[in-house]
Amino acid sequence: MSIASIFKTRTGIEKEIDSFLNLASESGLIFIQGMNAFLNNQLDYFDEHLTHIIETEKEADTLRRSIEDLLYRKTLIPESRGDVLKLIETMDALLGKFKGVMFRIEIERPTIDRRFHDDLKALNNCAVQAVEAMILALRAYFKDIAQVADHMHKVVFWETEADKASTRMQKKVFGDQNLGLDMKIQLRDLVKHIDGIADQAEDMADSLAIYVIKRSL
Amino acid sequence: MFLFFLTSGLFLGWSLGANDASNVFGTAVGSRMLRFRTAATLCCIFVILGAVFSGAGTTQTLGKLGAVNAVAGAFVVAFAAALSVYLMTLARYPVSTSQAIVGAIIGWNLFSGSPTDSDALLKIVLTWIACPLLSGIIAVLSYKVVSFFILKLKVHMFRLDEMTRYGLLLMGIFGSFALGANNIANVVGVFLPVSPFEDIILWGRLQLSAAQQLFFLGSIAISVGVVTYSKRVMGTVGSGIFRLSPVMAFIAVWAHSVVLFLFASQRLEQLLVNLDLPPLPLVPVSSSQAIVGAVVGMGLLKGRHNIRWRTVAAIAGSWVTTPIFACLISFFFLFILQNVFQQTVYTAQ
Repeated sequence: MSIASIFKTRTGIEKEIDSFLNLASESGLIFIQGMNAFLNNQLDYFDEHLTHIIETEKEADTLRRSIEDLLYRKTLIPESRGDVLKLIETMDALLGKFKGVMFRIEIERPTIDRRFHDDLKALNNCAVQAVEAMILALRAYFKDIAQVADHMHKVVFWETEADKASTRMQKKVFGDQNLGLDMKIQLRDLVKHIDGIADQAEDMADSLAIYVIKRSL
Repeated sequence: MFLFFLTSGLFLGWSLGANDASNVFGTAVGSRMLRFRTAATLCCIFVILGAVFSGAGTTQTLGKLGAVNAVAGAFVVAFAAALSVYLMTLARYPVSTSQAIVGAIIGWNLFSGSPTDSDALLKIVLTWIACPLLSGIIAVLSYKVVSFFILKLKVHMFRLDEMTRYGLLLMGIFGSFALGANNIANVVGVFLPVSPFEDIILWGRLQLSAAQQLFFLGSIAISVGVVTYSKRVMGTVGSGIFRLSPVMAFIAVWAHSVVLFLFASQRLEQLLVNLDLPPLPLVPVSSSQAIVGAVVGMGLLKGRHNIRWRTVAAIAGSWVTTPIFACLISFFFLFILQNVFQQTVYTAQ
């Protein structure tokens, strides 16, 4: 184990984790833009964003594998390795969920009445904000552990807001007499899928709270 | 014949290497921050350097306690200490070689009717109390300073991991040197008055005194202990009393090494004298006591409930029983060697 190789490896993995988190953050923005394009009936734009998020997810997968490989092969951070791997994998799954919602839209092409647009946009925003707050908490976990709590409470806040938006929209959908049951169930599943992103971000924040205690100096 | 009798000292050296290397590199290897091969190689090199070039100071204090003046007596003293260490190790307690050899020398004093220098004894016993206390205080203060800077400088997790790894490596090197310097007196110190070696000059430049040659042999025995047996001990160190984080492990080894160095360095003693400050006595202190003191100190800092007090009490108990046990074994085997094997175990003065 040469001194130079340790130094290079460490610099490499720091960059890789930063790049991975950048991709996770970007995928939230692509998701918002893609959903807005669909709601505005700009299907070409939607397809572009779908292609973009697929590429982003693929790139993130490659980075995740490289990070896992480095962590185990170089036996880095032996005390926190398992925790970091779990966080990276969960974050990768969140990224996959953004892609999953967009694929669902692509496959099902649901008809979403203009009356539901504001609620759906609010829900999308809450889910993305929850993930964004989680990414900031994760960055703090690596660099400035004292700041983690400041970001984690925002994850909880946005998850609660996502629940509210989801409930509000489902009530509206099921209260609408003009919609058929098939449309109602289709929209409900879509709303639950998006709300699940915020739920998973909150679960990740709960795990992170434990990892912070474990990672005391 | 001298080399045959020296085998008990080498056995003691082997035990010391097998056990005390774990104090220096155990946490680093146990937590997989360093490979065993890297740790063992560095430990061997620096134990030898510490013993040969800085081991004389503590030997003088041990010599004052009782100058074992027959080679068969020295054999028994070292053997009694080694046996005590070995038996205590079987009982899985971090045993002190320093206490074992002091107990064994007192056993020889009692058997031969030689007076025990009460000043030297008091000095040594006081260091047994001072050593873990001082180590604990140094650990707590160092931990406070280091953690303050880590939080202040917002060190990245991977950068911290890297720095801790280098820190453990450097502290391991420093600790190995201090261990060799401080504890070599335990291993072969009793053979010094009866050593047949004479000063030699190597390659026309490097002068090795008779004591240094003996220290070299002793430190080779320590190295053999490190290579052959310390791996399994290293794997179990680090979580017995209190679960250490890598940073805490680094601090524990640092505090341990500083304490061992303080009680071994003739240059530091001279410096303190020159500055009109009271010098620290040059006494072989226990590497295990130093590490336990550091770990308990940091455990207290994190909250008393984190410490397994039963383990601490058992370890502290072994610090009392080890010298008594070694004294009794020494006395018993001196009697056997003198009366059964007709060997001269002391020369009447």
